[in-house]
Amino acid sequence: MSRNPYVRPVSPTTWYMRNGRYIKYMLREVTCLLVGFYSFFLICVLAILAGGSEERWLAFLASQQNAFWLAFHVIALLFYLVYMTFDWFQLAPKAMPLQVGEQKVPPAFIVAAHYVAWAVVTALVFLLAGVF
Amino acid sequence: METIHADVVIVGAGGAGLRAAIAIAETDPSLEIALISKVYPMRSHTCAAEGGAAGVKGADDSLEMHFNDTVSGGDWLCDQEVVEYFVSQASRELIQLEHWGCPWSREDDGSVAVRPFGGMKKKRTWYAADKSGFHILHTLFQTSLQFPSIKRYDEYFALDLLHKDGKCRGVVAMEMRSGRFFAYHAPAVIMASGGAGQVFPFTTNGAVKTGDGMAMAYRAGIPLKDMEFVQYHPTGLPGTGILLTEGCRGEGGILVNKNGYRYLQDYGMGPETPIGSPVLKTMELGPRDRLSQAFWHEQKKGNTVETPWGHSVLLDMRHLGEKKINERLPLVRELASSYVGHDPVKEPVPVRPVIHFMMGGIDTNLNGETQMPGLFAIGETACSGLHGANRLGSNSLTDLLVSGKRSADRASAYAKETGRSEDNPTLRAQAEDIVGNVRGLLQRSGGGETTAGVRREMRDSLESGAGIYRDEKGAQATCDKVAELHERFQGIEVNDKSNVFNTDLQQLLELRNLLDVAETVAEGSLQRRESRGAHQRLDFVGRDDENFLKHSLAFREPKGRPRIEWLDVTITRSQPGVRDYSGGKDK
Amino acid sequence: MSKRTLDIEVLRYDPEQDTEPHFMSYQVPCEEDWAILDALNYIKEELDTTLAFRWSCHMMVCGSCGMMVNGEPVLTCKTFVRDLPKDVRIEPLENFPIERDLVVVLDDVMEKLQMAKPYIIRKDPPPENEEFNQPRSALYKFKQYTMCVNCMCCYSACPQYALDSSFIGPAVLALAHRYNIDSRDQGKSERLDILADHDGVWNCSFVGACSEVCPKNVDPAAALQQMKIDGAKAYWLQKLPGGKS
Repeated sequence: MSRNPYVRPVSPTTWYMRNGRYIKYMLREVTCLLVGFYSFFLICVLAILAGGSEERWLAFLASQQNAFWLAFHVIALLFYLVYMTFDWFQLAPKAMPLQVGEQKVPPAFIVAAHYVAWAVVTALVFLLAGVF
Repeated sequence: METIHADVVIVGAGGAGLRAAIAIAETDPSLEIALISKVYPMRSHTCAAEGGAAGVKGADDSLEMHFNDTVSGGDWLCDQEVVEYFVSQASRELIQLEHWGCPWSREDDGSVAVRPFGGMKKKRTWYAADKSGFHILHTLFQTSLQFPSIKRYDEYFALDLLHKDGKCRGVVAMEMRSGRFFAYHAPAVIMASGGAGQVFPFTTNGAVKTGDGMAMAYRAGIPLKDMEFVQYHPTGLPGTGILLTEGCRGEGGILVNKNGYRYLQDYGMGPETPIGSPVLKTMELGPRDRLSQAFWHEQKKGNTVETPWGHSVLLDMRHLGEKKINERLPLVRELASSYVGHDPVKEPVPVRPVIHFMMGGIDTNLNGETQMPGLFAIGETACSGLHGANRLGSNSLTDLLVSGKRSADRASAYAKETGRSEDNPTLRAQAEDIVGNVRGLLQRSGGGETTAGVRREMRDSLESGAGIYRDEKGAQATCDKVAELHERFQGIEVNDKSNVFNTDLQQLLELRNLLDVAETVAEGSLQRRESRGAHQRLDFVGRDDENFLKHSLAFREPKGRPRIEWLDVTITRSQPGVRDYSGGKDK
Repeated sequence: MSKRTLDIEVLRYDPEQDTEPHFMSYQVPCEEDWAILDALNYIKEELDTTLAFRWSCHMMVCGSCGMMVNGEPVLTCKTFVRDLPKDVRIEPLENFPIERDLVVVLDDVMEKLQMAKPYIIRKDPPPENEEFNQPRSALYKFKQYTMCVNCMCCYSACPQYALDSSFIGPAVLALAHRYNIDSRDQGKSERLDILADHDGVWNCSFVGACSEVCPKNVDPAAALQQMKIDGAKAYWLQKLPGGKS
């Protein structure tokens, strides 16, 4: 009859430009490209190690001693820290809320616990790797 | 016009309507229910109730005590067989709601908690923090979703009843989003459309509460009962009229005037009780009518506080502390902070009496049956005689459930007995008439009146002539004014001609209902020449049991003002006595 | 009280007159303590009676008056003139079809509500003539998820729902979670069968916008992540020997 609901179009390619909240989200999501690439990179590194040739290993290390690769590693580390660690730890209390008796455990506490666990695991890895 | 057949039509999907629908669906899934509401169920005004629902719980409490509190609270205008049934079913219904998932607040041992409430001798108000009505409504709505026999018609505006040979046969409604009309044919119609607080300018009631069901019944020749009894809630926010629950006082909040003095002790509700340990049924836990009247006197004496929104007194909750306020009164804190900029944790909050509830409504008996076979009414839109001349806080939420269930049982039995109604020329002509009337309103042009203008004058007139205190001259003026506005209503033009979600037309139809309700409130206020409960006459001080221990029944007259008849009150065991709120003295 | 005049642009659409929505401007003399809903009512009463919008309680509980104000989905009774700039733009909630002016079509979400089975499901009968025992600690686990007023602001904020309306969406899933973690309920597995699916929780990519705009702090994003964990747990438990299929 007289009804004719109007559907506002949503652009499948530029929807995230609608507000800052979505842009921030998309930034988080695109870091997966970097993460993916870095994982691939690590596998390659492992392959070199597994190959057992010390010569190739030293050559690889030498190839990393320039501004480009240093910058790449620094950026990758930052993305890991800011998005993969900080952001996800920040969200952890939502996915894993804790309640002791009637009290909700403050989200900051859960976040802090994640950092502590991270530090412990890192130390353990370093220990196994013979750093200490 | 489309025709829809059902076994039971329910108009209104608030607490009462949903409870009734569930009751019918549970007891007989073969009965088809058409649940019509002008808003989505979760928008119904039950959601705004804050404090809680009364039902005897503690070992030290008894049905007898709940009965006595209700009857004396109602200034003996209660029909006592209704009260007896109500108190006997109250807790059972509240437990049922708990089984359906209502998130009631809890005691330390995990049982449902109860809080003190005004006019109640014992703690018996079940609550879900300060959003009890909200949780009751959502629990009922969500529970109702599991019953396929409940067919909802959301955002359908009911227009008028269909009836033949003195029996109710259905209702006509308009689908808001298409402007299409539907005739619902059913042997039983349950009116559950809520109150009519919108007849007043300053109310806790939402925009939806325009007395639609009352007016439909009234136009169909059924009387409205006790319409002069309109409850002022003593603690609304000035300006907006937003409700701050009685729970504020139940938890220990106090009322002070501009001198910091707990003035209630001067109005028969003393002596003063210690701050922080409220005593039941006295001072701040007196009944709503008395507290609102005390405000009126304080204002006359010049003891009120001036705020940007007018005269107020102060509700002081600071001594409750932040933890308790956050746990039990979080919404109150949010509302007071947002709307008047006073955080109850840190400072007293200005409050003043505000129109809250209609004790009156469609005349029904204990079963929700009206004078027209086939038409039932429940909840605030009905007047079964439960609340008398003044409702006690937390009795109405329970009433939605008790009356909803009882009436649903009767209505389904009646529907089965009577059988589906046949479409017939009389009803068709009636439906066409109703629709023609609405189309006429839509097409009207010229006249120069506006909906908002007529509505504003009606509201102001009601406040001045049918407010906390009334007198012959004021009430007479209001009766005349409302009659005049009825005439002027004819000169309102609807600017919006669209069929789709025409709220201009809806507001006009609501105004028609409001005017019908308003004339009964005004007439009752004029003709009840005594003071009882929420109806206080400056020129007839004191209760007059000899002449007015009676319900008023307002009948619509084709021309002119309503006709008032009087109906005896049913008294089973409690003879009219003195309402004593002086703390612990009554038995 | 001081007055402040706002320039309010409102998106208008009358399907019987217009082919697409357009803005109309109103100058509204507002009291400083008004909510933007009061300004809409001023327009309706004094300037233009044809404007259509939903509202009722004016106290943040009925959930009717959700709209976009300056690009954000909000309850207009909870959005105050004092917090707004002089230029205000009001539009119907995004991600829903516009029925008329500021009124949107809610059928989709209302139908999805049914899928959540938002009611107590019991395998054993409830206690007779008394309530369930539920310690406060158990109540507080799900209490926050009972606070949803169905204003639909979360759907309006959710880009996932914008792109793919088969997604069941934040409020409905959060409501399912509310019943899943209520100590009185025994229907969790029934609900997870339906909701721990592609159109259910797994369509959520944790943008978190729903929780940011929620006027009642329900935090639907949190509920969804918890449901993902529950769903994954249930999936793997089924795989274990002796797990039900």
